[in-house]
Amino acid sequence: MTPKDCDPVIEVRGLRNSFGEQVVHDNLDLTVCRGEILGVVGGSGTGKSVLLRSIIGLQIPDAGEICVLGEDMVGRTEDEAKNIRRRWGILFQNGALFSTLTVAENVEVPLREYFPFIKPPLLDEIASYKIAMGGLPSDAGPKYPSELSGGMVKRAGLARALALDPELLFLDEPTSGLDPIGAAGFDELIRSLQQRLGLTVFLITHDLDSLYAVCDRVAVLADKKVLGVGTIPELLALDHPWIQEYFNGPRGRAAALGHEEVEHAKA
Amino acid sequence: MAEEAIDLPLFELSRIHPPRMAQDEPSPAGAAHGATYRVAGSLTIMRAATTQRELDALPDPLTIDLSHVERMDTVGAWVIYRTVRDRKAKVVGASRDEVSLLKEVAQFDAPTRVVPEQPGSFNRVFGELGEWIAESGRTLLGLLGFLGATLIGFANVLRRPKRFRVNAVIQRFDVVGVRALGIIGLMSFLIGIVIAQQGSVQLAQFGAEIYTINLIGRITARELGTLMTAIMVAGRSGSSFAAQLGTMKITEEIDAMRTIGVSPIEALVIPRMIAAVLMMPLLAFWSMLLTLIGGGMFVWLSIGIPPLTYIQRLQEVIPITDLWVGLIKAPVFGFIIALAGCFQGLLVQGNSEEVGTRTTIAVVQSIFLVIVLDSVFAVFFSNIGWI
Repeated sequence: MTPKDCDPVIEVRGLRNSFGEQVVHDNLDLTVCRGEILGVVGGSGTGKSVLLRSIIGLQIPDAGEICVLGEDMVGRTEDEAKNIRRRWGILFQNGALFSTLTVAENVEVPLREYFPFIKPPLLDEIASYKIAMGGLPSDAGPKYPSELSGGMVKRAGLARALALDPELLFLDEPTSGLDPIGAAGFDELIRSLQQRLGLTVFLITHDLDSLYAVCDRVAVLADKKVLGVGTIPELLALDHPWIQEYFNGPRGRAAALGHEEVEHAKA
Repeated sequence: MAEEAIDLPLFELSRIHPPRMAQDEPSPAGAAHGATYRVAGSLTIMRAATTQRELDALPDPLTIDLSHVERMDTVGAWVIYRTVRDRKAKVVGASRDEVSLLKEVAQFDAPTRVVPEQPGSFNRVFGELGEWIAESGRTLLGLLGFLGATLIGFANVLRRPKRFRVNAVIQRFDVVGVRALGIIGLMSFLIGIVIAQQGSVQLAQFGAEIYTINLIGRITARELGTLMTAIMVAGRSGSSFAAQLGTMKITEEIDAMRTIGVSPIEALVIPRMIAAVLMMPLLAFWSMLLTLIGGGMFVWLSIGIPPLTYIQRLQEVIPITDLWVGLIKAPVFGFIIALAGCFQGLLVQGNSEEVGTRTTIAVVQSIFLVIVLDSVFAVFFSNIGWI
């Protein structure tokens, strides 16, 4: 179900992950194409976050090949990994902001690390507009993470993930914990960034509205592998009970209906 | 956000390519008429520092030619935008995507501070002094309050013994007491050797080597056994109390406990207090024993006093009150250590750094209080005649 003109940004082949006796992934394959927003869904405990951690190299898999932006992720040295880390941004599930730095300083960390020659006034301005881009008010810059609400931590995390204008963005449940207005704004932001900058987005989400609103394709994780990848209609054509329940359950239908209405209004 | 953007300075944008000829030849009057900055290739974060430096070097009025830009990201767009905003530069030759990207970043122009505002240094010194005094007062009051809450917790447990958490207490006995035996034993044994060695060298100058045994016996029983154990327990258990409770505070476990109706004082503080109070005398006794053994080993091997003589001599020179002096202090020290550890742990709020700070404070505070109390005890015991 991979599109024919796909330029793969992430390629996962035969991935196997296990924790002791418990096998999380077995022979998992997944391809993410350049410029697409791929949604990853799956029940709790199907290893969505573990898949993300394997792709970004935080979890060493038992077996399999992972290729990101044309570079092999398994068994590389720390130096080789640095080049690739400059080209991606990651929003962790709980924000993972550095608690001893302010929001603006958090955003500046990757900038300072990779571009030490950018002068402080420009650096501060870049941090400011990234913070505004993440949807935070300007008084959030000098605040410490412990002074922020859960939703604001997410937005600050996004601002940091966007700091280096990455080609590839990993988002782990970005809209969970946001109010519906904030979540819709977030979807719109991701869409507009992706269109304008040609971003590739790997999006783990439980938010059905997000799936309909922003995802080009959706990958379904179940039974230790990727059951299917495709647009939502393509997935529905697969006759798998979990997929049917997920998209045709009461929430799934409501989201689909809402999406249709929006499309209708646009037309 | 969108409404604000309208008020921002509009770009002087032109999609018409500027006449090449005029620009390729830099005119001598170029400085007076301004300069043209032409960007070719990619205008991205990789070139942000260079581009900014080059732009800063050019005189006003400035024209920026984007017609040869192949790739622009938001940082590149920002560098152009801020030049337009601050220096009223003209932008020519931007493609439609570049224009929309420039407009996009203009929307997000909301300056923010990077660090919270700092008062002047003079005010800050006084402010910090005042804060420190207020904080000390609050800590003292808080400690008093915490002591009260703990005593109420004890009273509650005594009234309803069923609420007493036997398992938790036994587990603490293991962690605070049994697992500390090895390290405290080793430390005491070595201290015994050191005292014996240092003492015998000095006493030998007076031909009074035999009094080394008096020195080891009395200092161990009265002071060192208990004091060294207290320091070790403060470092080992006091710190872990603070760190455990502090982490539980951050992860909201303590809040969860409260809402379920479990009192954190009864469930977390009292077992730790009991363990520290009961284990301290036992550990102190263990420490005294090992110090005496260490000293005995040294005098046997170095001065040639056989173990049996050593034990006999110890019996003669150590009055039983010396043992009481050591053992009476031990539970009090244990109480202080647990009190400071649990109190500081429960004070943690906010971030993970605070756990570290509070743990350090807990250890420093408990060792300090232990030594202060030790000197009070020393005066007290000699005044009641236990010399």
